[in-house]
Amino acid sequence: MSIDESTAARVAKLARIRVEEDALPALAGEFNTILGFIEQLGEVDVEGVEPMTGVTPMRLKRRKDVVTDGNQQDKILSNAPDAREGFFAVPKVVE
Amino acid sequence: MLDLTFEPPKPKVIAGAKHDWELVIGMEVHAQVSSRAKLFSGASTTFGAEPNSNVSFVDAAMPGMLPVINEFCVEQAVRTGLGLKAAINLVSAFDRKNYFYPDLPQGYQISQLYHPIVGEGEVLVELGEGIARMVRIERIHLEQDAGKSIHDMDPNMSFVDLNRTGVALMEIVSRPDIRGPEEAAAYIAKLRQILRYLGTCDGNMQNGNLRADVNVSVCRPGEYEKYWETQDFSHLGTRCEIKNMNSMRFIQQAIEVEARRQIALLEAGGEVVQETRLYDPDKGETRSMRSKEEAHDYRYFPDPDLLPLEIEQTWVDEIAAALPELPDARKARYMSDFGLTDYDASVLTAEVETAAYFEAVAQGRDGKLAANWVINELFGRLKKEDHDITSSPVDPAQLGGIIDLISRGDISGKIAKDLFEIVYTEGGDPAEIVEARGMKQVTDTGAIEAAVDQVIADNPAQVEKAKANPKLAGWFVGQVMKATGGKANPKAVNDIVQAKLGL
Repeated sequence: MSIDESTAARVAKLARIRVEEDALPALAGEFNTILGFIEQLGEVDVEGVEPMTGVTPMRLKRRKDVVTDGNQQDKILSNAPDAREGFFAVPKVVE
Repeated sequence: MLDLTFEPPKPKVIAGAKHDWELVIGMEVHAQVSSRAKLFSGASTTFGAEPNSNVSFVDAAMPGMLPVINEFCVEQAVRTGLGLKAAINLVSAFDRKNYFYPDLPQGYQISQLYHPIVGEGEVLVELGEGIARMVRIERIHLEQDAGKSIHDMDPNMSFVDLNRTGVALMEIVSRPDIRGPEEAAAYIAKLRQILRYLGTCDGNMQNGNLRADVNVSVCRPGEYEKYWETQDFSHLGTRCEIKNMNSMRFIQQAIEVEARRQIALLEAGGEVVQETRLYDPDKGETRSMRSKEEAHDYRYFPDPDLLPLEIEQTWVDEIAAALPELPDARKARYMSDFGLTDYDASVLTAEVETAAYFEAVAQGRDGKLAANWVINELFGRLKKEDHDITSSPVDPAQLGGIIDLISRGDISGKIAKDLFEIVYTEGGDPAEIVEARGMKQVTDTGAIEAAVDQVIADNPAQVEKAKANPKLAGWFVGQVMKATGGKANPKAVNDIVQAKLGL
């Protein structure tokens, strides 16, 4: 698989990262290097091997269904560039 | 065993300008899990709280915060799966679905794309006596809800409330087995009923706790059967997804409108483009959600913050053993044990609260009589004042008391209605009311005979007529009932009238 400049531009847009036009060739090149490395892994025979989804031999930690958090509206909103009447205020997004 | 003999309903056919078309519908129902705390944080799920007050730093996606799963939400998903006769996956896993929106602080939704917790199941959707559709469930997965954006509080800004952010949802995905708008509504209603019986979702559609994305496509008659034989989707038309519907009425309208749009497009030589659309009930049309066009690339990947979710079969078995009786089983039991009709059994089992009320009344009494009183008298009266069963002024013990008085012959059916009205408006113990107000039925034949004699003596002309036409005996019964203030036993009166008139 090979990433061209337009694919690199699309990925950047999906990730909401601004990439200037003249930086796209280099970015596409980096993607291709990374994919090339990943493709190398395809050479390993993993027939019959369970996929490893974590590196720690532990069980997923669970919580009881108890309310232990919240009631901190001021803290939640403290980083917001704009907050009004307890809400985050953002530029209008409407379908 | 349940009697599951039924005929499938006929698919809805829409006549286009050129041909007939059939509808094919699949649904993704988002059901908010009933729990105290959120799926991955300890913030409350309470609806209607002060904005941004039920928010933890996990929900607000503050750097360094880690999700920890709420085991009760997992239990609820398992319970739902069992209720839909579905396969439970002992190993499931969470993935990130990446997209940007102001009400999604993480920039991704934690969901289960590749390994959902629940696999294939089924829902029996009844559409009339002996007519039902078995809708196959493809999967149920657990995921986070997003926050709420409010667009009408300011002309230039949208306001965002994160209280709902991170609340657990079950996404229940059906196969494309639904064949018309009415079936779609009936499917949601049945799913809602099962969830409410299970206690895994409150089913409140108005608050958005149960909402659906509806996939609609159209095909020519005969094509669906080919799909059914092969399970090959190429026999079906291209589908469009109508997002975020939380009203049964609008779901039906939207399906109809969208199907007609696709038919017009196809008959004009065009093609349906697979896309996400919104239904506008004011304009009666669906329109493309342009913002979602390029958002379809969600770049799913396993969430590195969460290990796979492994559960034990013994735990699943415990949940299964404690499963409540579900609507189909309860309805069948009402029909076999209480001798109720299909219709009455459906009415009484529709809501879990209604069924509980009925059972409390029917306990140790005549089930049919109890059903009649609950459905005809109580429901009728509640409806008049826009009450529902949970706010009924008459409790099951009181209604049962009235029925006991009827069964013992202490009061007549007519008096029972008066008594019901008194209990409904004033409260009190029915037996005491009957005693205190002298409403007891007169079963003393001597007293009734005297009343009959009096009526006969007063109306010689009617006596002659009745002898010629025995049907007129009813008039005498009516007169005697009137004379005794409705307290005479009507059967006894009838017998005595017949005897005295020599009929």
